[in-house]
Amino acid sequence: MKHLLSAEDLGRDEAIAILDTAEQMSLLGDRSVKKLPTLRGRTVVNLFYEDSTRTRTSFELAAKRLSADVVNFSARGSSVSKGESLKDTALTLEAMGSDAVVIRHPASGAPHRLSSWIRGSVVNAGDGTHEHPTQALLDAFTMRRRLGRVNDLSVTIVGDVLHSRVARSNVRLLHTLGAGVTLVAPPTLLPVGVETWPAEISYDLDAVLPKSDVVMMLRVQAERMNAAFFPTEREYSRRYGLDADRMAMLPDHALVMHPGPMVRGMEIASEVADSVRSTVVEQVANGVSVRMAVLYLLLGGSPE
Amino acid sequence: MTDWLIKGAAPLGGAPTDLRLRDGRVAEAGTNLSAAGAQVVDAAGLIALPGLVDLHTHLREPGREDAETVASGTRAAALGGFTTVYAMANTSPVADTAGVVEQVWRLGRDAGHCDVRPVGAVTVGLAGLRLAELGAMASSAAAVRVFSDDGHCVADPLLMRRALEYVKAFDGVIAQHAEEPRLTEDAQMNEGVVSARLGLPGWPAAAEEAIIARDALLAGHVGSRLHVCHVSTAGSVEIIRWAKSKGWRVTAEVTPHHLLLTDDLATSYDPVFKVNPPLRTAADVEALRAGLADGTIDCVATDHAPHASQDKETEWAVARPGMLGLQTALSVVTETMVATGRLDWAGVADRMALAPARIGGHPVPDAARGGSLAVDASASMTLFDPAARWKVDPYALASRSRNTPFAGRDLPGRVVATFLRGRPTVLDGKLA
Repeated sequence: MKHLLSAEDLGRDEAIAILDTAEQMSLLGDRSVKKLPTLRGRTVVNLFYEDSTRTRTSFELAAKRLSADVVNFSARGSSVSKGESLKDTALTLEAMGSDAVVIRHPASGAPHRLSSWIRGSVVNAGDGTHEHPTQALLDAFTMRRRLGRVNDLSVTIVGDVLHSRVARSNVRLLHTLGAGVTLVAPPTLLPVGVETWPAEISYDLDAVLPKSDVVMMLRVQAERMNAAFFPTEREYSRRYGLDADRMAMLPDHALVMHPGPMVRGMEIASEVADSVRSTVVEQVANGVSVRMAVLYLLLGGSPE
Repeated sequence: MTDWLIKGAAPLGGAPTDLRLRDGRVAEAGTNLSAAGAQVVDAAGLIALPGLVDLHTHLREPGREDAETVASGTRAAALGGFTTVYAMANTSPVADTAGVVEQVWRLGRDAGHCDVRPVGAVTVGLAGLRLAELGAMASSAAAVRVFSDDGHCVADPLLMRRALEYVKAFDGVIAQHAEEPRLTEDAQMNEGVVSARLGLPGWPAAAEEAIIARDALLAGHVGSRLHVCHVSTAGSVEIIRWAKSKGWRVTAEVTPHHLLLTDDLATSYDPVFKVNPPLRTAADVEALRAGLADGTIDCVATDHAPHASQDKETEWAVARPGMLGLQTALSVVTETMVATGRLDWAGVADRMALAPARIGGHPVPDAARGGSLAVDASASMTLFDPAARWKVDPYALASRSRNTPFAGRDLPGRVVATFLRGRPTVLDGKLA
C-alpha cells in the first residue's frame, strides 16, 4: 500500500490488517510512555486546507506516537492563502523531504492529484464530498471492539449522504468487511446514482431502527436548508433526527455513532449523544490508533 | 498564384482523380492531367474533402494569448484540415461590439492559415441581461451571422426569444449553450453513477435538455433559426429530432470528444477530462453517433478550448472546463463514425464542411454537388490519409496549450495537406 486515497481501494485483507494493527497500537494508549520509535527520522506533513482541529490533531498525535517528525501546514498562515497552487505546494513539500502527506481539502479528488505530483505517500484525511477513509476505518474499528465483529452487522447511516465523505467511505469499507448497510435520508440528500451502491435505501428511519446493530448519524448543515434540500430544521429533525424515543426502538446491543462534530438538537438529541450507547468519544480515541496503523503500514516503519 | 496539381486523390472517397487548382477554384478534374506549369502533390491513396469548417472554436485572443492566439489556433486548424473556423465570443474583452469582431477577423486574415469568422456575443459582456449590438456586428467587416454567449446560456427566456427574432433581419442564427444555470450551480461532471461515487457535484442531462426544448419551442413560435451547441445527451438528440419533425429551423452540433469519451474518465480526477457540457455515458455516446449519422445532429464542431497549464494542473473543481480539438477532430470522427460504418466520406464532408458552412451563413460554392470538388468548386480542401495512424502527443500540437483529452491515444488518419482557395496551408502534414 503506497497511498490511502479511498476506502474503495482497500481489499478485505488490507482493511483487516489495518484494524489488527490498530488494535496493537491501541495498547500503547494504556501505557504511561505512549511512544514507539518506529518512524523516527521520517517526516509527516499535515496539509490542511480546511479547518479540522479534530482530524489534524488525531493525525498529529498518531505520527508523534510513532516518533515521526510532524509538520503542520495549514492553508491559513502559509503561502496557500496567497494563491499558491496545490501543485506548487506539493513540489515544495517534496523538496523539503516529506515522507507522507496527510491532506484535508475541500475539493474532491485533491489527494489523487497530489499523489501524481509527489513521490511520498498520500493519506486522504477528507476530500470534498468524496471520501474520508480513516474515518471509516476508525468506525469499523469501533464496531469491532464493541460488538466483536463487522461481518453481518446491520449498519444504518442516516443524514446528508449526498455531501458526506464519511458516508461514501463507510459504505465502501463496510461492504468490503461484510456488513449490510442501509442509507436513510430525505431523497434530496441522496445522490443520483446511489442505487448502484452496495447499500439499501430507505426514507423511513422508524422502520429501519429495530433491525439495526449500529446507527450512524451524519451531521446536517443548516445551510442545506437554504438550498431547498429540506423545508425546515424542525421537519428534518422530526423525520430523520435521533431522539430518545427513536433510540428506544433500537435493539439493546445497538450502538449510536457520529463522526462529529455533532449538531445537537438537529440530527441527534443531547440525551442520545450522551447515552451509554453512544460511541462518539470512543471514536475519537480509536481514531488515533487507526491513524497510527495507517502511517505505520504506509511508511513501513523503516527507510526505503 | 501558382497552380497546384493534386495527383490521384479520391474526392469523397470516390474514384482517384487529378485536380488542378487555379485562381482559388478547381480548374480541371480528370485522369492523367498534365503537370505542366503546376506544383504537384502526390495524393495517391488520399481522400479529398472540402476544407473543413468548425462552427465552434475558442481562439482566446484578445485576452488569453497565453493559452491561444488567433495565429496559433488557426495553425492548429489548418493542420487539422480546417479552412474556416468560427471564433467564439467569450474573449476579453468580449466580442460584443463591431470593434472586437473586426479585430479578430483582421487577425485571422493577417495570419492567413484559415478563414476566421467571428461569432458575436448575444448579450453585452455575456451577462445575459441585454442584447449586444447584433446588427452592428452583422454589418461590420466581419459580417457576423452566428451569435452566441457560449460558455454561458442565454437563460432568460424572454431575452432568448428577442434574440431569435432580432437576428432574422440579417439571417442570423443564435447558437445556444444549453445549460439551465440553476440546475448546474457548482456542477463538475455528468450527474450519474460516476459523480455519485467520486463526490463531484453533478451536471444533470435535464439541465441541457430543458433549455433545448424551450428554445426549440421559441424558435418554432417566432420562425427563427436556432443552433444548439455541443449536444451531449441522448435526450437532447430526441428533442432535436422532434423539433425538426415539426419543420422548425433547428440545427445542432456535436463535439468529437462527446462522440468518443465517457464520464468514467473523471475517475482519475485529471481535469484534462473536465469540459462543459461534461462527458456523458456510453448510452449518450451511442445516441450522439446515431443522431449524427441520421442527420438529427447536423454537424461536428470541435469546441476547441485551449487552457494554460496552470488552469488545468489543479484540483478538478478549480480547473477550467474545455479541451483541445482542432487537430484531432477528423481522426476522432474517422474512428467513431467512419470505421464504425455510420458515415461514408461524403457524409463526413457534409457533417464537417457543408453543414457547418450552411449553418454559419457562408455555404461552400459547390454545396449543391455535395462538396464533390468537381470543376469550378472552391479549391479549399483537405487531403486525408485514412490508412495512417498516429499517437497524440500534446507537445507536438500547434496550439499554445496542451489540454488534449486524447494524449497518448492511437488515432486513425492523418491530414496530409490543406488548401485554402488554391493556396496550401499544410503540405506533407506540416504548415506550408
